[in-house]
Amino acid sequence: MTSARNRELLALVPVAALLTAGFAAVFSQENEQLGNLSLIYGAYFLALCLATHIFLRIRLPDADPYLFPLMATLTAFGLVMIYRIDEGLARDQANWFVLGLVLFALTIQFLRDYEVLERYRYTIAIGGLLVLLAPRLPGIGQQVNGAYLGVKIGPLAFQPAEFTKLAIVVFLASYLREHREVLIVGARRVLGVTLPPLKHFGPMLVVWGASMFMLVFIRDLGSSLMFFAAFLALLYVATGRFSFVVIGMAMFLVGAWFFASTVPHVHERIDIWLHPYEDPQDSGYQILNSIFAQADGGLFGKGFGEALITVPGGGPLLPAAQTDMIYALIVNEVGLFGAVGVVLVYMLIAARGFKVALLAGDGFSKLLATGLTAVFVIQAFVIIGGVTRVIPLTGVTLPFISYGGSSIVANFVLLALLLLVSDRARREAAEPAGRTPALGATA
Amino acid sequence: MNRQIVKLFAFVMVLFGVLIGFTSWWSVFDAEALKEKNANKRPLLEQQQIPRGRILAADGTVIAKSVAKGKGAEKRYVRRYPEGSLFGHPIGYSFVQFGDSEFEQFHNEELVGEGSEFSSIADELLGHAQEGNDIVTSIDSDAQRLALAELQEAGYGAVVALEPSTGAVKVMVSNAPYDPNRVPDNFSKLTNNNIERPLYDRASQGQYPPGSTFKVVTAAAGLDSGAITPETAIDAPGSLEVEGTPLENDFGQDFFGTTLDTALTNSVNTWFGQLGQQLGNDTLFEYMERFGFNAKPAIDLPEEEVSASGVFDEDGDLLRAKDPVDLARLAIGQERLLATPLQMAQVAAAVANGGTLMKPQIWKREVDPDGRVVETMDPSVYSEAVSEETAAELTTAMEGVVNEGTGTNAAIPGVPVAGKTGTAETPGNLACGGGENENQAWFIGFAPADDPQIAIAASVECTEQFGGDIAAPIFRDVAEAILNGEE
Repeated sequence: MTSARNRELLALVPVAALLTAGFAAVFSQENEQLGNLSLIYGAYFLALCLATHIFLRIRLPDADPYLFPLMATLTAFGLVMIYRIDEGLARDQANWFVLGLVLFALTIQFLRDYEVLERYRYTIAIGGLLVLLAPRLPGIGQQVNGAYLGVKIGPLAFQPAEFTKLAIVVFLASYLREHREVLIVGARRVLGVTLPPLKHFGPMLVVWGASMFMLVFIRDLGSSLMFFAAFLALLYVATGRFSFVVIGMAMFLVGAWFFASTVPHVHERIDIWLHPYEDPQDSGYQILNSIFAQADGGLFGKGFGEALITVPGGGPLLPAAQTDMIYALIVNEVGLFGAVGVVLVYMLIAARGFKVALLAGDGFSKLLATGLTAVFVIQAFVIIGGVTRVIPLTGVTLPFISYGGSSIVANFVLLALLLLVSDRARREAAEPAGRTPALGATA
Repeated sequence: MNRQIVKLFAFVMVLFGVLIGFTSWWSVFDAEALKEKNANKRPLLEQQQIPRGRILAADGTVIAKSVAKGKGAEKRYVRRYPEGSLFGHPIGYSFVQFGDSEFEQFHNEELVGEGSEFSSIADELLGHAQEGNDIVTSIDSDAQRLALAELQEAGYGAVVALEPSTGAVKVMVSNAPYDPNRVPDNFSKLTNNNIERPLYDRASQGQYPPGSTFKVVTAAAGLDSGAITPETAIDAPGSLEVEGTPLENDFGQDFFGTTLDTALTNSVNTWFGQLGQQLGNDTLFEYMERFGFNAKPAIDLPEEEVSASGVFDEDGDLLRAKDPVDLARLAIGQERLLATPLQMAQVAAAVANGGTLMKPQIWKREVDPDGRVVETMDPSVYSEAVSEETAAELTTAMEGVVNEGTGTNAAIPGVPVAGKTGTAETPGNLACGGGENENQAWFIGFAPADDPQIAIAASVECTEQFGGDIAAPIFRDVAEAILNGEE
């Protein structure tokens, strides 16, 4: 199935062109004249992508041909945006991109038989949750805007939530693969509502508890929302019971409502979302300026490097432009058209990711691909939705675009797992029938 | 499970659809409303990135210019006023944090280059940076300098000089002046200075009792309505009982069988008082309105920063012809009549221009960054105040004032001058510190009387001197400077 890889190679060409053009645009804006540096950056990026492509040709010849180019598109676009904000940040981001590719390759190299993950599901789940606590540990924990999101050990800083999302998806995919039958069969109808059997639902409640715990202890509304939404998506796909989703959503809302009224940080976030104009200079400043930046962009945007990020001679006009607010900056600089383009890329990734899940032969692969895709697109939704005031603004990164090492690296591992599932699924689908279809393929 | 996966995918598509919907709402559909929000600093910051056009005096002196600060996206322009306080009025200031005023505010669109909708869209598509147009004013910088210097000697007040045939503003000064460059650092100090009120343009906003200068309007109404001719003789006793209080001439002098020339030359109160009573409310108000009273002046300054002239009640509302007024005292510029120096300059200009009042305009032409003239001020008529004949008769009478009456200090050697003095007593005026001997001293007039090139009103607050002594010399010097400058 080398045609898949040929298509991948072809798809990488526009990515490199996009990056080169983007850098060229930023350069011409800042340096009046065009240096050849933009071409050099474009060439480096293309070389890295080619190397990855060749690696995929050898290791995963049958994997989905579009996922990698789509994610490379986002990375390229993110690099240009970050470069436009700050050259130094872009250099960091480029290094993390390389590190991300390395981890991507290592994952593919050593996790070819990704079923081993199933064996360690509890270890992975507990590890993922424990690492979440790290930001609260004295000495290494960091508090940003009232939320405990980061860990800093010496020069190394990372956000555990980015890795925990992978752990939780792996755990849920494995657990649900095993228990989905009993969850479906054991369900009881009480007062016309289908309830899951309590015995098997226990571990599921743990996920709810973990989400609530994150809300209170880490105060990370964004990750909490993201994890729980991914959980509901997996629960729905595994059981086909929409009532479970409704019950889960109700539980989350009740919990969130309870904590929103007791935990000041969460309460404030929701308050700002509902009434941003009440304190436009302070608490409402970020979301309002996000919206003002978008209004400033209009249909076509101001062009790369043309938007205002800081008040001349003053503070930030668009706070956290390189991380949380990067989508607002995108709308500002490339307009509604550019932003819709970015959203379309996420939609295409969703399409390809769920396609992988559809093709996958066994239950674990199906649920794993679904979970990975779901958590990825939900993360994009949570931050873009926050920036556009669809939901309260929370601090999660825009996958592959926002500045942030943990985010880039974790998402490349996510991509690697998705491609691993895809490679096997597509190979099995192409092979003549003979092997027995794996469990759950007919559900 | 595949069915659920497809449904989940559909749900995700709906979610992303919502994102696109919200992005469209903020970036396109609601964008204009968001730009209007007070919390939104972007429009101001962006205006700061546009090199605002220069403002120039008629001789090319740079009144206002923009200088660049910072680089790249941080680059912004800040307004500089090289001549300091000389043109603080009427040009005003423009600073992002403190807003703008006067001429800078009125001509903002041209100065930031938003003149034509089409060219700005084309520029945006072509990636041209927006750039403002220059505006050349008709202000005579030498005369402006002289007027301010003399006014600063004399006291708080204002001088306005108009070109009668076009309405072009040649001089517009207000004392106390202010330096627009100092606005950013001293904003609250300048706004809270209630004694000098430096930000207040006395020329266009200051409302003062015009005193005897208003007799020109009364005379114009009398002549033009046919109520009198230059030969009509009126008996004007030294004192006349009006509405219970005596109206008196200076030194109680009697003027029996007097015609207009003598009455104006000697500023005979009882003569004009009787003429006013004879004219009645309707006629007098109609002529006031023809000269520009009872309305904001049609000058290129923001409406909030110019004052109307007329008779005001206790609430500051303008009285109309139907309202009861003391006609005799109104006719000599008393009653509750208040006029701006700009308004009184318009009275002189209308007489000088054969009875036709032109709209006063400060700007002369708009020039784009490439030096092409975009637009030139097209003089337009405000009103046909009086007939040419009436204007000629008034001119003769006003020449008498300067030749042998109260206004001899306004005479310019070798140039016939027409004018009228005014001295309104303002005892107990708190603005003057509440003294009992303070006057509002005026002189309005034009020169040369046989071929008027310039019409001027000079007004001095809180002085113990008379209009003929303190305002007339300012008129003379400014008129001379302008006439000499044009040779």
